[in-house]
Amino acid sequence: MGAKRTDFIATVIINLIVAAVVGILIFLLAYILIAGLPHVSWSFLTGTTDAFSGAGGIGVQLFNSFYLLVLTMLISIPISLGAGIYLAEYAKDNWRTSLIRSAIEVLSSLPSVVVGLFGFLLFVVKFKIGFSVISGAIALTFFNLPLLTRNIEESLSAVPRNQREAGLSLGLSKWKTEIGIILPVALPGIVTGIVLSAGRVFGEAAALIYTAGQSAPVTNFADWNPMDAASPLNPFRPAETLAVHIWKVNTEGLASNASQLSAAASAVLIIAVLLFNLGARVLGNFLYRRVTASK
Amino acid sequence: MLKQYSFEKTAVQTFAGNVSLAMRTENLQVFYGANHAMHDADLGFPKNQITALIGASGSGKSTYLRSLNRMNDGIATVTGKIWYHDVDINEPNVNIYEIRRHIGMVFQRPNPFAKSIRENIVYALKANGIKGKAELEERVETSLKGAALWDEVKDSLDKSALALSGGQQQRLCIARSIAMEPDVLLLDEPCSALDPISTVKVEETLLQLQKKYSIIIVTHNMQQAARVSSQCAFFHLGHVMEYTPTATMFSNPQIPATQDYISGSFG
Ligand SMILES: Nc1ncnc2c1ncn2[C@@H]1O[C@H](COP(=O)(O)OP(=O)(O)OP(=O)(O)O)[C@@H](O)[C@H]1O
Ligand SMILES: [Mg+2]
Repeated sequence: MGAKRTDFIATVIINLIVAAVVGILIFLLAYILIAGLPHVSWSFLTGTTDAFSGAGGIGVQLFNSFYLLVLTMLISIPISLGAGIYLAEYAKDNWRTSLIRSAIEVLSSLPSVVVGLFGFLLFVVKFKIGFSVISGAIALTFFNLPLLTRNIEESLSAVPRNQREAGLSLGLSKWKTEIGIILPVALPGIVTGIVLSAGRVFGEAAALIYTAGQSAPVTNFADWNPMDAASPLNPFRPAETLAVHIWKVNTEGLASNASQLSAAASAVLIIAVLLFNLGARVLGNFLYRRVTASK
Repeated sequence: MLKQYSFEKTAVQTFAGNVSLAMRTENLQVFYGANHAMHDADLGFPKNQITALIGASGSGKSTYLRSLNRMNDGIATVTGKIWYHDVDINEPNVNIYEIRRHIGMVFQRPNPFAKSIRENIVYALKANGIKGKAELEERVETSLKGAALWDEVKDSLDKSALALSGGQQQRLCIARSIAMEPDVLLLDEPCSALDPISTVKVEETLLQLQKKYSIIIVTHNMQQAARVSSQCAFFHLGHVMEYTPTATMFSNPQIPATQDYISGSFG
């Protein structure tokens, strides 16, 4: 068999595999959207849920998902930024660093339901915080940190060494070089990673069932003082998210149209995650052009 | 098989007689762990002149050059003295950031920052506390003129430096260094990634710059050393074998190693 022929066959097979992957994805998306979108309406997106049957709109859940996401990111971005910079630039190549790396790896492979149970036992029960936004955010942070740290470390390490030498040779300190020269170059990659992880956090259910809870008490959207019990910003109230809601409607929903409700909620969830992915691309490219001043 | 040359037989002039020296090393030794990469280098560099460092690959030119502004900190162990304005800057307690502002460096591969042309020059200046807009503008212009790049980029200072050609990027790196108003400029094979026309431009730039700066340049290109330098040091396997006026070295090399290297029958 000639080289040309082998090449041809290999190309065909690879193309087929790619087509299969894309095909499965399109089928999945189309199925969920076609099943769900007809049932999505403005009142569904903003309405409240009947606590007993699970019927009604998903307004509160949608808000909870975003609020939890913001809180999670507020906690995990600074920590993983510090850890990523440390690992990429300061950590010596020794046993301690490899221990840290293995710890991060183990953390990233923990099943999310285990993380959720841990959060339940420690924060909800032991610290008596109860099912709350903050318990959920901390559980999600555990699950988010390793991936973000990895992403930040890799983005920083991908910046050529000679950029660091350039900074140092101009008399800049290592820290100044890192923050002013290396970080901006790595920023598009870091932001892309953050937005992608936001998509994952947004769709996460297992880690939240026992931490943020499965109830979405109706909140008073006119009250934005985080200290008030009825305020949507109160971090100590239970907060069922969209993903948890889908799970719940499907397992114990008593509404007559439970399957329609979950299909509609799934469509909304999928669209949100797709928007995160799209956003990651757009934002990454935009930032890259901004920091490098290339039009 | 590599010819053996005696490291005892060297011809190293001091150049300290009638010119003042910008800097000088005494018994400089460099170790990469157990690898003794530089032995006893005693070289003095006359002010406002260009000194070339030549030698085969791996002979220790970069190792030596990078020691001069402490860029080997954290990479190699450097012992001996590096005299600069009567201070031994190889002491552990000197401020290396300060040193590097006085002794600038340009690398083999152009390494502009992923920023605009203007930002490339002013970033380090701002970090050093120069805030005045007029002063910064002025430094951008003078340094770009000094590096013979001004005419080519004066209308596009806010464009990305990464969009420049390799030769322009290298001249931008030179401009970035001289904007710090250093005393000494170290260049490690600055033209090896450039085409002949860009190389000529950089060489012309250096010949102009020696009026204000003392320049030490590593080069693989002997024609280049002959064209730009006043004196020339020949490195071999971590030893300085010969350090003589460039004209002498190329017309009348003093020791067999240099003779062979220059005539191309080396190794
Ligand atoms: N970062 C480093 N770590 C360990 N050893 C090094 C390092 N840099 C250089 N060396 C060693 O030091 C010796 C001299 O290398 P150096 O880079 O100074 O040579 P050079 O004359 O600049 O060569 P070239 O012309 O190829 O640039 C070599 O044996 C090299 O292996
Ligand atoms: Mg070198």
